[in-house]
Amino acid sequence: MAAKSINITLKIWRQKNANTKGALETYSLNEVSTDSSFLEMLDQLNEQLINERKEPIAFDHDCREGICGMCSLYINGRAHGPETGTTTCQLHMRMFSDGDTIYVEPWRSRAFPIVKDLVVDRSAFDRIQQAGGFVSVNTSGNTMDANSLPIPKDDADKAFEAAACIGCGACVASCKNGSAMLFVGAKVSQYALLPQGKVEARDRVLNMVRQMDEEGFGNCTNTGACEVECPKGISLENIARMNREFLKAGLSSEK
Amino acid sequence: MALTGLFLCTFLVGHLLGNLQLILKTGEEGRRAFNEYAYFMSHNPAIKILSWVTYISILFHAIDGILLTIQNKKARPIPYARNNPSKNSSTPARYMAVLGTLVLVFIATHMANFWYKMKISEEVPMHSFIVSVPDQSGQIQNQEFYYTHNLQLIPKDDNFSVKNGTDLYMSKMNIKIGEGYRDLHTVVMQFFSKDNDSALFAVLFYVLSMFVLSFHLWHGFASAFQSLGLNHKKYNAAIGYIGKGFAIVVPLLFAIIPIIIYLK
Repeated sequence: MAAKSINITLKIWRQKNANTKGALETYSLNEVSTDSSFLEMLDQLNEQLINERKEPIAFDHDCREGICGMCSLYINGRAHGPETGTTTCQLHMRMFSDGDTIYVEPWRSRAFPIVKDLVVDRSAFDRIQQAGGFVSVNTSGNTMDANSLPIPKDDADKAFEAAACIGCGACVASCKNGSAMLFVGAKVSQYALLPQGKVEARDRVLNMVRQMDEEGFGNCTNTGACEVECPKGISLENIARMNREFLKAGLSSEK
Repeated sequence: MALTGLFLCTFLVGHLLGNLQLILKTGEEGRRAFNEYAYFMSHNPAIKILSWVTYISILFHAIDGILLTIQNKKARPIPYARNNPSKNSSTPARYMAVLGTLVLVFIATHMANFWYKMKISEEVPMHSFIVSVPDQSGQIQNQEFYYTHNLQLIPKDDNFSVKNGTDLYMSKMNIKIGEGYRDLHTVVMQFFSKDNDSALFAVLFYVLSMFVLSFHLWHGFASAFQSLGLNHKKYNAAIGYIGKGFAIVVPLLFAIIPIIIYLK
C-alpha cells in the first residue's frame, strides 16, 4: 500500500508538572505519512512546536519495538490506541483517516502521578515488584543450574506468558477502577508457577498485594478491560491465580 | 463480595420457589399453599438462622460494595476527557455499583411492602374463610372460620380470641387450641391486583427492578467465581453459560408472577 499523507487535529494533555493543573490543547498537524508510527507523528509535532519556539510535548518512549514498556498514552479513549495486542510505538498512522481528531491523554491513576505532559511516574510498579517480585538466590558460587529442576512444559509456558508483562501500566489505565491486579497477578504468577518461586510464595503474594493497596490502586471488579487492552495479552487467569495464592497465604501465613 | 453474592444467588432460588406457589396453584388451594410456605419460612428455626445470614449478607454486600466503589473512584481522581470503555468491557460489568444500588432500593421497598407488614407491624390479617351453611329454618348462614396449623377449623366468634398474632385461644378458659396462618397470599394478590389503583405502578417497578437484577447477575455470577480464584479452562465456559442463564431465568420467573396476578 502506497504511503499517503493525512492532516489531523490533535488534542493533547499539557501539564507543566505534578503540582500544576493541566488542560487539553489543540494542535493541527499536516502531511503526516500514514507509514509513520504514532510516536514518529508526535516527533513531527514536536519539531513543529520547536520551530514555532514552543515547548515540545513530553512523552515516554524507549525501544520503539513493543518490548520495553516505556511508551504509554491513552489515545482516543483507549490505552495504546485502537489496536489490540500492541503498544503505542507499534501503532501506525494508517489506523487514522484524513481530518481525524485524535485525543492523547496520559495514564490516569492516583498511583501514577503526572511528571510532565504525557509522562507519568510508574515507580509504584517498581515498589510492588520490590515488595516480593523476585526469588532469593544464594550467589555463593554453588548456584544450581535452573535447568536441572524439572518443570512441566505447561507450567513453564504459563509462567513465561505471565512474565511477558512489560509493566507498561495499560491495565491500570484502562481499568475503570484504576486497579493494578493484572500487573500484580502476572508478577505473582510467573513465580508461583515455578518451583523456584514456591519457597517464598506466601510472603510474596501478601507483600505485593499490600504494597499494591498502599500505592492507591483500585480494586478489581472483573470487567476484563485490562486483558483486552494489555499489549502482551496477559490473561485474567493470572488474577484468579493471584486470588488463590492470596487466599491460601492469608489462611496459612502466621504474619 | 463474591461469597455474599453467591450466597444471595442461592437465596434468590429459594425465594423464587416460594413465590412460584402464588401462581402454580389457584384458588383456596393456592392461598393455603402460599400461606403455609410463609408460615414455614417464619417459624422454622433453620430458616430463621438462614434469614439472618441473608440480612447480614445483603448488608455486607451493600456496605462492602460502597466502600470498594469509593476506593475505586479515588484511584482515578482526574477522569479521561475521551474514554471508550465499550471496546474492552461489557456495560453491566461497568455499572455494577449503580445496578447494585438500584437493587438495594428495590429490596428496601419490597421489604417495606411485605416483610415489614408480615414481621414488624403485623398488619397481615389471619387466614380465614367463609362457609355458608343452612340453619334449622333453612336460612343460609355465613360463618367465618380460621384456617389453622393443626387442621382444625375454628369459628371466628366471641368464643375464641387471637393472641400473639396468630395463636388461637378459647376466650373463657385461656387455653391455646390452635395456631392460625397469616394471610400473606391475599395481601400479595391485592397488592398486584388490577382493582388496586397503585398496582400498575407496583408491577412496572417490580418488572423494571428484575431487569436491573438481571443485568447485575449477568456480570456478577461469573465474576464471583473469578474473584474466588476459580478460573479454569475446563469450567470457564460452563460458569459463563450458567451465570448468564441464571441471570435471565431467575429474574424472568420473578417478574412473571406479578404480571400474572395483575392480569388475572
